[in-house]
Amino acid sequence: MAYSEKVIDHYQNPKNVGTLDKSKNTVGTGLVGAPECGDVMRLQIEVDEATGIIKDAKFKTFGCGSAIASSSLATEWLKGKSVDDAVKIDNMTIVEELNLPPVKIHCSVLAEDAIKAAINDYRKKNGLEELKFEESVIH
Amino acid sequence: MSLNLPVYLDHNATTPCDPRVVEAMIPYFTQSFGNAASRNHSFGWQAENAVDNAREQVAKLIGADPKEIIFTSGATEGDNLGIKGVFDMYASKGNHIITCNIEHKAVIDTCKHIEREGGEVTYLDVKPNGLIDLQELEAAIKPTTILIAIMYANNEIGTIMPVREISALARKHGVLFFTDGVQAVGKIPVDVNKDGIDIMAFTAHKMYGPKGVGALYVRRKNPRVKVTAQIDGGGHERGMRSGTLNVPGIVGFGKACEICMQEMESDTARIIKLRDKLENALLKVEESYLNGDKEARLPHVTNISFKYVEGEGLMMGFNKNIALSSGSACTSASLEPSYVLKALGLGDDLAHSSLRFGLGRYTTEEQIDFTIEQVSGTVNKLREMSPLWEMFKEGIDLNTIEWAHH
Repeated sequence: MAYSEKVIDHYQNPKNVGTLDKSKNTVGTGLVGAPECGDVMRLQIEVDEATGIIKDAKFKTFGCGSAIASSSLATEWLKGKSVDDAVKIDNMTIVEELNLPPVKIHCSVLAEDAIKAAINDYRKKNGLEELKFEESVIH
Repeated sequence: MSLNLPVYLDHNATTPCDPRVVEAMIPYFTQSFGNAASRNHSFGWQAENAVDNAREQVAKLIGADPKEIIFTSGATEGDNLGIKGVFDMYASKGNHIITCNIEHKAVIDTCKHIEREGGEVTYLDVKPNGLIDLQELEAAIKPTTILIAIMYANNEIGTIMPVREISALARKHGVLFFTDGVQAVGKIPVDVNKDGIDIMAFTAHKMYGPKGVGALYVRRKNPRVKVTAQIDGGGHERGMRSGTLNVPGIVGFGKACEICMQEMESDTARIIKLRDKLENALLKVEESYLNGDKEARLPHVTNISFKYVEGEGLMMGFNKNIALSSGSACTSASLEPSYVLKALGLGDDLAHSSLRFGLGRYTTEEQIDFTIEQVSGTVNKLREMSPLWEMFKEGIDLNTIEWAHH
């Protein structure tokens, strides 16, 4: 199966690989997937307390090229968004942007789950109620 | 010598045709195009002579009599004919077959079919090194057992089964022994008499011959074995496999066998050196593991897991220039990694992290050097972006983490 050019570009030049200090209250961490499934994504956001804007985002991913590209793209989209807007990122927009084939849709679902998990971690740290999300359909 | 790209290291999947094979085949497409079953004119005779010659070449490679060679369309057909053919032919003796859980799907799916037909199949587990336990095999033999079907060498990890010990047990208990010889024939010395093989499937395209042609060896003496045909129509191949013979393919197969016979020793000596160079270099990469037995193994194969990186992601780092395969199955709907690696007891994480390298006749040292550099470089690059690697480096036991299983 051939990868799309965008997936290849993210794979070769991943954006925002790294680690944020998870002990900080302004940092939210989402760790999703499982080694047994061949995909683990860790996505982190750092929120500007004054504005509620995500000022930094980092990822590390164990997985195929599409999983790496999905998380790399997610960090790009997260930066500069408000936390409230970030929640609205939908996996299908990732699928469209990266031209993911059907067998790779689960990679985009994982990225969406990672975003939500990171936001909830941030909310929890800051005494906010965790948001409830519908279970993703495709896993 | 300069570096030839792309590098093909997937010789367990298929091999290129040797140019000498292609050359031998060409006249049989256009000039000597006759049907080998046409007994009344020179076109038929020419074709028949060519097939007879090839049958001798094929038989010679495995120490068989030419009359014991049944030409097929390939090893999948051979596996089907060998196993189903025995099940049908020996139905009055019993219905039990013993095989193992790292066989090729052509054998496993055939056995599943037999179970649906009322047969009973025992799937032996393998030991962590990929070999079956002979005591377990003997214990599994029952009065109704008619066949032991164990592969000669495994396609994913290259391990070589204790064929002579298996056949001795089969003999002792009056059970037939079938082996899928696809990966072994042409690569290592296989002798049906010394090895005690009763039936064996193998194919041309794994040994520098053309695709679409293979053979089933069926023993004629001590004991005389018969298999029930699975394809009817004309009674070709001693009634065991009807259908017009693929004359050019068979000629190519014969030539490929002849070349393997002549060059096996020198090819192996060269390839094993390259394989060991590759393997030793890649096992120096931190947290890399060899899968399968190190000793009882084909000379051209190595299967290595690079912990904390995923196989498909890893291949993407160099698949423009290097062709090989992974035990990971990120593209399959089930996301299940290789059943062969799992049968060795590997965790899914290591199975997902595996690469299979299959070297061949035209692999060069420059290509191996390039592969070492590309693979280890990509492993390091991906580990820098692997959360699992980071946790491992921080001393976190990944087994203590509650993963959100998908």
